[in-house]
Amino acid sequence: MWDSQVIMMIVKGTGATLYMTLVSTLLAYLLGLPLGIALVVMAPGGLKPNKIVYKILDVVVNIVRSIPFLILLMLVIPFTRWIVGRSYGATATIVPLSLAAAPFVARLVESSLLEVDHGVIEAAQSMGAGTWAIIWKVLLAEARVSLIVGGTIALGTILGYSAMAGVVGGGGLGDIAIQYGYRRYQVDIMIVTVVLLVLLVQILQWIGTKLSKKLDRRITG
Amino acid sequence: MEIHMETMIQIKDVTKTFVGKDNTVEALKGINLEVHKGEIYGIIGMSGAGKSTLVRCLNFLERPTSGTVLIEGKDLSAMKDSELRDTRTQVAMIFQHFNLLMQRTVIDNICFSMEITKTPKKEARDRARELLEIVGLSEKAKAYPAQLSGGQKQRVAIARALATNPKVLLCDEATSALDPTTTKAILALLKEINQKYGITIVIITHEMSVVQEICSHVAIIDEGILAETGRVEEVFQRPKSRAAKKLIIQGEAEPRMEMKGKRCVRIVFSSNSSYEPVIANMILTCKAPVNILLADTRDIGGVAHGQMILQLPEDTDAAEKMIQYLKNRKLEVEELDNYVG
Repeated sequence: MWDSQVIMMIVKGTGATLYMTLVSTLLAYLLGLPLGIALVVMAPGGLKPNKIVYKILDVVVNIVRSIPFLILLMLVIPFTRWIVGRSYGATATIVPLSLAAAPFVARLVESSLLEVDHGVIEAAQSMGAGTWAIIWKVLLAEARVSLIVGGTIALGTILGYSAMAGVVGGGGLGDIAIQYGYRRYQVDIMIVTVVLLVLLVQILQWIGTKLSKKLDRRITG
Repeated sequence: MEIHMETMIQIKDVTKTFVGKDNTVEALKGINLEVHKGEIYGIIGMSGAGKSTLVRCLNFLERPTSGTVLIEGKDLSAMKDSELRDTRTQVAMIFQHFNLLMQRTVIDNICFSMEITKTPKKEARDRARELLEIVGLSEKAKAYPAQLSGGQKQRVAIARALATNPKVLLCDEATSALDPTTTKAILALLKEINQKYGITIVIITHEMSVVQEICSHVAIIDEGILAETGRVEEVFQRPKSRAAKKLIIQGEAEPRMEMKGKRCVRIVFSSNSSYEPVIANMILTCKAPVNILLADTRDIGGVAHGQMILQLPEDTDAAEKMIQYLKNRKLEVEELDNYVG
């Protein structure tokens, strides 16, 4: 049964999983990065404190984060249909994946930016830097290592979520594992897909760690 | 000596109250102070006295609860955000923990302040190199802050502060994280900057030695109020307030003597009186012993000033005679009640 057809299917599945993970992560950052920045800037004691907006963002992020991914996936089906035209397959999965990951990314970004030494921010203010200059040149630039580590965590998590979408025909390795391994008791196919998922996470993690180390200037010598 | 009387910084009735959840702290309780152009002004106080809050009010990093600050006659509290940011490029600041950007090289750190003022890149890099030369770190241009010592980091911070040609340099405990030798070198650099470029410097510190080393004027802040202000020599020779006495007499050279409660005097020597063996002569003349509780010499603006705390004999006549003897020698003599060494 390990004919070229099955192998092709697994190769395509790997490609679909990577496609979903990378595009969803990108979109999640497009939403989550500004959200994370806003959470830091508008927080009490932040650069531009805004109690009301902060509280709203904080609550929205918490609500979306507390909805289990599978439920969110189903909840947003009408929205997904409206955007992509259908609710199954890899491209359709990107919609709920990005939406679910965005608040998670926002929290990752928030915690990275909060690590930036307050003294450095104060120094920038003392030089006459405005809010935008501080966001770009101090917060994001100084937190870049932590942001990359966070990005790696996000990639791994989103990859895991993408496999979950297999339950509703989301495409990719998770879909194959569920259809063949779970529904047809083809344990060997399931094992292969799981091994491939593990490998993908390992590779992404390795690249992320390597990159963050390369970009860190705080290490002496 | 008062040649430059033009006012640079004017602090008017500044108060600052921090309101917490269940307590309010009055950090500043009505501060009035004037700093003139070209001065090196020391603001000294114990920790918690309010000095760091005060220096942050000078560039409105902390907005005073009431009162205001004028820089060259311009009222900071009346400024729009953009005007305030422009003013801040003229009132530079250095910090106890240097606050450099850890992910940027030394030269890029110096360029940072010029990026904010939108200086053309090439011009900024040339200026940064010039400044590295001034602070003596030319060979470290490509290094990262993590590879520098504390003294070197503070030099980078000074270069970054000077990049925009400020009129004022605020130093918030700038030498408190440095060892004595490095402290001296940084203070010498600040003095050089003050003399060469005429930049007015305000130094916040808890160490009297820093004030004595380079300041021309000093303000002593204690529990949110100014206890005393004046020229450093005058305050050192004739401290009036309790806070000043505490900072000057106990200073860093805290004497650990068991004797207390008896009659003590503090005498101050200026440079000309230090040639004569005054104490030895006094003992010979009065024929009674004294106990030396503390003695040190400090350099104030290049002139040696010595101070000594003597415990006089219990015999009142002998003690009076000694005080008179010292006064006749034109020394500053001050009786200390309850000197606790």
